[in-house]
Amino acid sequence: MTQWSGYFGLILQGALVTIELTLMGSVLALIMAFLAGMGRVSRFFALRWLATAYIEFFRGTSIFVQLFWAYFVLPFIGISLTPLQAGVLALGLNVGAYAAEVVRGAIQSIGREQYEACTALNLGRWQGMRHIILPQALLVMLPTFGNNAIELLKATAVVSLISLTDLTFQAQVVRAQTGNTLVPFTTILIIYFILALLISWGVRSLERRMARGLDGVRA
Amino acid sequence: MEWDWNFVWEIMPTLIQGVKITILATLLGSVLAAVVGLGIALARRSPNKALSRTVGFLAEFIRGTPLLVQLYFIFYVLPDIGILLPPLVAGVIGLGLHYGTYTAEVYRAGIDNVPRGQWEAAKACNLSARQTWTHIIIPQAIPPMIPALANYFIAMFKETPLLSAITVLELMNQAKSVANTYYRYIEPITLVGAFFLVISLFSVVLLRWLERRYGKIER
Repeated sequence: MTQWSGYFGLILQGALVTIELTLMGSVLALIMAFLAGMGRVSRFFALRWLATAYIEFFRGTSIFVQLFWAYFVLPFIGISLTPLQAGVLALGLNVGAYAAEVVRGAIQSIGREQYEACTALNLGRWQGMRHIILPQALLVMLPTFGNNAIELLKATAVVSLISLTDLTFQAQVVRAQTGNTLVPFTTILIIYFILALLISWGVRSLERRMARGLDGVRA
Repeated sequence: MEWDWNFVWEIMPTLIQGVKITILATLLGSVLAAVVGLGIALARRSPNKALSRTVGFLAEFIRGTPLLVQLYFIFYVLPDIGILLPPLVAGVIGLGLHYGTYTAEVYRAGIDNVPRGQWEAAKACNLSARQTWTHIIIPQAIPPMIPALANYFIAMFKETPLLSAITVLELMNQAKSVANTYYRYIEPITLVGAFFLVISLFSVVLLRWLERRYGKIER
């Protein structure tokens, strides 16, 4: 009988790396999403164009290619990244591009009367955005952000291919050392699934919290 | 390291080989995903609670775990129980199953969006269950689904580089092998990105056309 406890420890270490990547990637994605999403609705042509180019580029090429590009090509032009940095960068920029469209959609889904009310109250563009539009748009974005976070979690498996010791990588190590494939892969599938459930549960409770007191205000 | 056009032309034929496999995998995967999705959607509507719950949970599980790990699972675990699959077949099954769980939601939404009145009218006209589906529900449910399905097939196309992890010789793998042979990463990896970007941009044009022809994508 193989010593599963030691191997399980290895897989748990991998889980920590996966969680770390997911969290850091999500933070970067969130920042990029708001920058690019608000850029898309900016009044300046250059900003709109820049945001559109970023979004189309990162949604148009595969996450896998972006990751390899960050890890293998950037060193040749003088930027050396550790696997973790390359992973966070690629994941954050990629998922950020998808989430940016969510931000844009949510901002545009807020009714015209809200914008008119901002004008009537003599709020500046930024003030209106900050105090009136975003607080309402945030609630619209949340569920889709949850889905995006799960997509990001799933995409982290790809970083195992640039030798980052995440769950998938550790499962391969265990497979190589024990010759058993069923146990490590089933274990990590279950861990990924539990992490995904945790994210969707977290987002749902956050949504409930934020929607508190808004009954009847929005459909 | 400088960009070298001669090298680009030298490796182009190899990369084109890879593009062919990538497109083949996407097409086969799309067909499988369309069929699997329909199967899941129908099973979830089944009056048999045990069947619909089990299929629902399995679909949720597949959607919550990374495609890469599922590919490893199909490619490395199934041989243990005597099912030996060629890499491309394993890859297509993985893509088809994974995206089948997404297309199932598209089918569900499409079927749910057929108004109740249509079902009632079919009943009033004394149509059998089979006739109701083939003459009333499916013809109305399919067109609005088409853009959403196409959207997922494009997403699948961008996931095909993952197949390189299970030794399918698609675009990414060809690029990696030439990169490792000549130890030049800039051109192959950048070209892979360019190929994906170009094909994705074309598919976005196609998608816009489908949207105009068959109606808006629901998110």
